Amino acid sequence: MAVSAEPAAPEAGTGGPAPRPPRSGRWRTTLAFWYFVGPFLAGLMIFTFIPVLWSAYLSFFEARNTVTPAAEDYVGFDNYVRMFQDDAFRDSLVTFTVFAAFVVPLTFASSLGLALMLNRVRLARAFFRSVFFLPFACSYVVASLVWKMSIFNGVRYGMANSILDLFGLEDVPWLFDPSPPWYWLVIVTLRLWIQCGFYMILFIAALQQIPEQLYEAAYVDGAKPGRQTFWHITLPQLRFSAVAVLMLILIAAYQAFDEFINLIGNQAYARPPLVYLYYTSLGTQQDLGLGSAGALILALIIAIVTLAQGKILGFGKTEER
Amino acid sequence: MSPMVTLKERKNPVGYRPGAASKGARAANFAVLSVLAVIFLIPFYLIVRNALATDAEITAPGWMWFSSSPAWENISKLFSDPAVPMARSLLNSAVVAVLTTVGTLFLCATAGYGLARIPYRHANKVFYLVLATLMIPSAVTFVPSFVMVSSLGWISDFRGLIIPTLFNGFLTFLCRQFFLGFPRELEEAARMDGLGYWGAFWRIVVPNSSSFLAAIAVITFVTSWNSFLWPLVIARSPDSWTVQVALSTFLTAQTINISQLFMAAAVAILPLIFVFLFLQRFLVQGVAQTGLKG
Repeated sequence: MAVSAEPAAPEAGTGGPAPRPPRSGRWRTTLAFWYFVGPFLAGLMIFTFIPVLWSAYLSFFEARNTVTPAAEDYVGFDNYVRMFQDDAFRDSLVTFTVFAAFVVPLTFASSLGLALMLNRVRLARAFFRSVFFLPFACSYVVASLVWKMSIFNGVRYGMANSILDLFGLEDVPWLFDPSPPWYWLVIVTLRLWIQCGFYMILFIAALQQIPEQLYEAAYVDGAKPGRQTFWHITLPQLRFSAVAVLMLILIAAYQAFDEFINLIGNQAYARPPLVYLYYTSLGTQQDLGLGSAGALILALIIAIVTLAQGKILGFGKTEER
Repeated sequence: MSPMVTLKERKNPVGYRPGAASKGARAANFAVLSVLAVIFLIPFYLIVRNALATDAEITAPGWMWFSSSPAWENISKLFSDPAVPMARSLLNSAVVAVLTTVGTLFLCATAGYGLARIPYRHANKVFYLVLATLMIPSAVTFVPSFVMVSSLGWISDFRGLIIPTLFNGFLTFLCRQFFLGFPRELEEAARMDGLGYWGAFWRIVVPNSSSFLAAIAVITFVTSWNSFLWPLVIARSPDSWTVQVALSTFLTAQTINISQLFMAAAVAILPLIFVFLFLQRFLVQGVAQTGLKG
């Protein structure tokens, strides 16, 4: 996975620290290590490890509006059972799956496509790169605002409906009608717009690592530049970064929250897991026990899918270090 | 020297390059890119158009390209509206983003350096502990983190907005990988001259890693400015809102009119547009670096 311009320094292979200092200086080394790493590690403990453990503890309690439930509120696995039997939670997993099924392949293909086109163009290349990357400056909140209030607002003066008008078509209430599910178009295009440029940069960096000689050799062997070199040189050479990008897109999709809550809010027809958990644990119910159980279930699902995807795509095997 | 990914332009118009297709193919490629560029810019155009129009113009039938008389007074209206804590939320975002960037950079760079270079016996065990946190998807931890922050009494408080976000395992991992590739000779020379690890780090390593550090600083700043879920969870009272939370509230509650909403959006993205214009090189390097090491 080392995509560094240079082969990594030899010690990067093992991650092993440098030769041992003489015994007398060892306490000094220990001390030095801890004032470099200590503050960070302490913070990691307080704000990651302890909260996760605490949350696991809460998930076995009826903990509404409190983070220190009394002993008699112990409910065993009830919260987990409730979550699994909860149609809304299961629906949110379905919503996520549909979302990922659209977003992951589309983002992957579009960012790779942009990178390939950008790699070919000679005129105004830096300009195009900036333009495609610029949406990354926009937050999901700002983009949701534009999508919801100006492009897909479902009324006459909205941009999408103005274009439909040009062709004499009926206005579409994009976000506000669950059937037909036009809201997916709104949600997916928004994420594509923000993210494509980001992954495009990753692909450009990777494309520039491909040795020229491969194309030369292919040319000498009579391969046609274009489709043949793409399938037999470019794509295989991009394998490491393609797998990495795919994982990044999927992980980002799991955490989708901002655009859903701003575009749709707490509507059952398009409510991904994080939005549901947000309303469960921080809404009027403040059911932190149930929310914790949901968060842990989700974390487990993400871990399993990520590992499975890594296995299928050979992430572990291709790891260089 | 450095493992930084450089995005240098390639220029060799030789026959074997996939880009050296026929003139027609090149023109088609350029045309497609141009059309896409226009599409990508549409949302920005809409923000500017709506921010400088009146609501009557926006909602009028028939498409308006630009308001015939730009409504610059929307800016002063936005900032003088007492129901809209716009100035306050911009200030909050600036404080949060700057302190988060400085704090994250300090903590992650020192920790990354310690993990990479100081030959402590248990350094690897500590490193695996950091790696383990990368497995925990950050957004899923918002419930537990909220529990922690509320028991510390940091709700609607800068401490709650900033401190829990500083300990970024991923950036520490990146810094460690970067410092592993840093030329050891430079530090050894500094150590010969009597500097300790701390002195060598600040006087030799940091000044010679400035473009790497700048890259991750810019990324951290952009991410912090645009972050929404954590501030939404923590900033409960309006005077602790960041600009994203404020915008989202106006959007969902529809408490302000459309042109004001878009003026607020324009004001919210302006700082980042500047970051993009002036620091794009670092940003691009940062993305190339952060993404592919993941």
